[in-house]
Amino acid sequence: MFPWLTALIAWPLVAAAVTAASGRSRSGAPSPRLVALVGALVEVGLLVAAFVQFDTSRAAEHQLGQTVPWIPQIGASYAVGVDGVGLLLVALSVGLVPLVILAAWREQGGDTLRLRRYLVLILVLEAFMVAVFSARDVFLFYVLFEAMLIPAYFMIGAFGQGPQRRYAAVKFLIFSLTGGLVMLAAVIALYFQVPVDAQGQRSDQAFLTENLTGLGLDPTVERLIFLGFFLAFAIKAPLFPVHTWLPDVAENAPVGTSTLLICVLDKVGTFGMLTLCLPLFPGASQWAAPVIVVLAVISVIYGAVMAIGQDDLLRLIGYTSVSHFGFIILGIFTFVPLGVAGSGFMMLNHGLATGALFLVAGFLIARHPARSQLIADYGGLRTVTPVLAGAFLVAGLATLSLPGLATFASEIMVLIGAYGGSPVAALVAIVGVVLAAVYVLLTYQRIFTGAPAAGLETLPDLTGRERLVAAPLVVALLVLGLVPQLALTYVDAPADQSVVAVLENEGSEQ
Amino acid sequence: MENVIGLAPWLVGFPLLGAAVLLLGGRATDRWGHWLGVAASTAAAVTGFVLLFAMISTPAEERVVDHHLWTWLSAGGLDVDLGVRLDPLSMTFVMLVTFVGTLIHVYSVAYMAHDPHRRRFFAYLNLFVAAMLTLVLADSYLLLFVGWEGVGLASYLLIGFWDHKRPNAVAAKKAFVMNRVGDMGLIAAMALIFANVGSVQFADVLPAAAGELSGVGASTATWTAVALCLLLAACGKSAQFPLQAWLGDAMAGPTPVSALIHAATMVTAGVYLMVRSAPILEAAPTAQLVVVCVGAVTLIFGAVVGCAKDDIKKALAASTMSQIGYMMLAAGLGPVGYGFAIFHLLTHGFFKAGLFLGAGSVMHGMDDEVDMRRFGGLSRFLPVTWITMGLGWLAILGVFPFSGFWSKDGIIETAFVPVDGQPWRAWLFGSVALVGAAITAFYMSRLFFMTFGGQRRWDDDHHPHESPALMTVPMIILAIGSVALGGLLAVGGTFTTWLEPVTGHAEHGEPVIPFWPLVILTHVLVIGAALLAFRQYAVSRVPVTAPRGSLLTRAARRDLFQDATNETLVMLPGQVLTRSLVYGDKAVVDGGWLGLGATVTQVGEKVRGMQNGYARSYAAMILTGVLVIAGVAGIAAAVSQ
Repeated sequence: MFPWLTALIAWPLVAAAVTAASGRSRSGAPSPRLVALVGALVEVGLLVAAFVQFDTSRAAEHQLGQTVPWIPQIGASYAVGVDGVGLLLVALSVGLVPLVILAAWREQGGDTLRLRRYLVLILVLEAFMVAVFSARDVFLFYVLFEAMLIPAYFMIGAFGQGPQRRYAAVKFLIFSLTGGLVMLAAVIALYFQVPVDAQGQRSDQAFLTENLTGLGLDPTVERLIFLGFFLAFAIKAPLFPVHTWLPDVAENAPVGTSTLLICVLDKVGTFGMLTLCLPLFPGASQWAAPVIVVLAVISVIYGAVMAIGQDDLLRLIGYTSVSHFGFIILGIFTFVPLGVAGSGFMMLNHGLATGALFLVAGFLIARHPARSQLIADYGGLRTVTPVLAGAFLVAGLATLSLPGLATFASEIMVLIGAYGGSPVAALVAIVGVVLAAVYVLLTYQRIFTGAPAAGLETLPDLTGRERLVAAPLVVALLVLGLVPQLALTYVDAPADQSVVAVLENEGSEQ
Repeated sequence: MENVIGLAPWLVGFPLLGAAVLLLGGRATDRWGHWLGVAASTAAAVTGFVLLFAMISTPAEERVVDHHLWTWLSAGGLDVDLGVRLDPLSMTFVMLVTFVGTLIHVYSVAYMAHDPHRRRFFAYLNLFVAAMLTLVLADSYLLLFVGWEGVGLASYLLIGFWDHKRPNAVAAKKAFVMNRVGDMGLIAAMALIFANVGSVQFADVLPAAAGELSGVGASTATWTAVALCLLLAACGKSAQFPLQAWLGDAMAGPTPVSALIHAATMVTAGVYLMVRSAPILEAAPTAQLVVVCVGAVTLIFGAVVGCAKDDIKKALAASTMSQIGYMMLAAGLGPVGYGFAIFHLLTHGFFKAGLFLGAGSVMHGMDDEVDMRRFGGLSRFLPVTWITMGLGWLAILGVFPFSGFWSKDGIIETAFVPVDGQPWRAWLFGSVALVGAAITAFYMSRLFFMTFGGQRRWDDDHHPHESPALMTVPMIILAIGSVALGGLLAVGGTFTTWLEPVTGHAEHGEPVIPFWPLVILTHVLVIGAALLAFRQYAVSRVPVTAPRGSLLTRAARRDLFQDATNETLVMLPGQVLTRSLVYGDKAVVDGGWLGLGATVTQVGEKVRGMQNGYARSYAAMILTGVLVIAGVAGIAAAVSQ
């Protein structure tokens, strides 16, 4: 069996190396951006092949992977493999990267060298992202979880436009490191929970997730270790009240970075909750669920209200994600198969919708003479740039989960599912639906309606390249809205299995 | 039925394709785009007729057909088909939407002829028709919701069609957001239904509510909650109290939109939802009473507002709200009322669309003037508009034998029928319906006489003229419907019998006032009110600037303070909350973490004595980390031994 995931992890690194070497010598050599784009597209080809190989009738099992010893002394392996949810998130990463590269085509003010560095980082990050969604060894997962911070840190701090980009990058790093260190403690503690054999040795595959499942942990230990993992994931996701790094990053990082960071990388948080917290710590998950559900609902409402109150467009989009992550976490921690499946699907859809919104917002800002991000500096652009306005509106409608678009299917699944687990939480979260309409349409109204703002009467509309960036996302949102089953066949079984893990544990405790 | 049911998805397909081509084709389709829009709508109408004839030739008990297309969503125990439910109720809507819709498409070709974005307008109109047909043809609440918000989107796009004017954009957003407040109800209803029935397909839910399935069902309290949630949704979509405030502002859209979306079809979707969910309402008598009350309040509310508006479109909008109030009232009366609710919805679709198109024709001839105080004596200049609007006026008044008589009198009579031997309800709601009819007669006559009667009040800049045939022919066809449709369908109870496969058969009880005296009483009141309006607005001079008016007039002009109320109760607190949260996020939440970070950094500095910038933070992080690791590992080790 060909190790598809290993290929998907390795290829972006190769592409990154070639990109780094390109454009150095002769003037006739292909430009770095072309090399990077081709590399990313080849990766998409690999992804398609991997999809063909994936057996959806066994979507709850880990496939396409391999397991080889890595540091057997501490029980760590290089073990990769994806279930349906993991595969969709790998697909999201791999699918978004070429679009981000294409969107960054003219970024960095024509500085080829800077652009090359940026593209290399994007490709390196891609490898890490694919790897982290594939990791089936908790130690490997932890290492990748931390390693991702390095490219991400530079992608925020070194290439952003915001005046406070360094501040934002450091803030991101500190929040993430704090979570990561707590998680490290939990990982080590977990290792010591693995039973020893007659010689007092632990298995040299001790860190494989299946070897860490069903350990029958002491409730107190289980809860402490769970909290270590959960805190790291909550910071990443981000959940109220540990979300405050995110708006700063969104405001100051380049939109391409925000797209990858918030639409893909942050999903590691919710992905970890779903694939590590629930199966490894079912009892603790149930123990903590009431508090987590409350925090999730607060995130839904709070993020939306904050979005309504923002002046900066990118900051606003950042806060909408806080609201959406709230929905995802609500779906996971109400332990209803429908809601969990909805959350799995929503992880994909949020990436498509918010990615589209970030990228189109980037096109808009790049057109402003002063590259202003302040909503008040715009106005009346629907008549000036109709296609841009249309693209923004479609992305916005996807963000407010308009029925017929993919985001609706997942949101309604989360809400209906969550109602079965926690009616009050679901009913309060429904208010987020109204607030979403307010933050999207208010923003559209301010930027695109009325008379054109002074100095913006002659802005050019979206170019062919920019349309090429937006179109795949719009098509994906429409197709998955009309036939959500295309994605649901991948998430249904894993979601069901996660819930079964939690409920069985409950049954065995009684 | 079976051999043609496969055509039903094309009812949605044709207009959806039309919209897709017009939106994606861009300016290349500018030259012929409007005709493509007309063609798409016509194709849907022809399909509708084919299906209608097939349904008529099918025995009544076989007229409810579910047609499955593909599995739309199946996960975690929720299985939703993408499918069509064709039955006499959805068929009625299909005919109303495609027939009136096509007429309005044709009218718009001329009405929008001078708009540079006519193609985009037709794309949105097609989109609307597709969404509306999705709404009525859906075989599950979830798919209905797709159409439900789809029409909301089309409405948003069309109200804001001229959104280079900021107030239009604000009106569009207001409509969408208020609709979403209602939509919360539909989502909550679906959650409740799924939790209790395990499905959202009509074929599972409605029999469960009717108690026809053993082992599946829910308590009266649950069905009451479901019904009230559905009512909330209906209030948003149908501009019923207390979610009515968006409809007047929605008149910012082009007039054909007001005719099609905000009079004939979309705003009546709430009534459709109620009648479609009839078994749920019947399982919840308390909710039924609330539906009747909402209808009663709105019908008076709209009528009072309608008396004070000088803007012809806003007067008609208030009237629409009031007429839908009648339909809601009827829908809340149970099986005896459903038939009349939908019947009035149908006749209203014709005469109100005709009245709006007439108003559009007047505006077309009067350089987009909407202030009726600047009209007057227009009958000579716009004879076709005058006559067609006149027929629509007689129809909405409910004068025998015009269409409105058959449907509205049916509602008034049904409202006077005591429910469960509670005569007080019959007297209360019957009287409200009766008084509403009189007020309707007054404000509609006011509108008619201010526009066409009396002295001319426009200045010489205006050159009123009749509209072209593309506009007048649709108006004439709608006027014919306003005259004859009601009588044709009422003879021998044709229409109520037609709906029986959906609503069930209901024996009509005796109203507390017998039939003939009630008809005469209604006519006396209606004609009296019309004469009063004639004396005031056709015989006496109408001042060009509105007089100050009584307290009630001033309140009615301001829509009985609906906007002020919403601002005080919702928007202002919302703004205060937003501002304080934005401040709090920075000062308290983020500030708290920064403060914590600074504290840790200071500790780190003291311990390590390090000086340079970031290294300090890292040191602090690592220190914290090590401490935490040590702590957790220690605890873990202690517990595991």
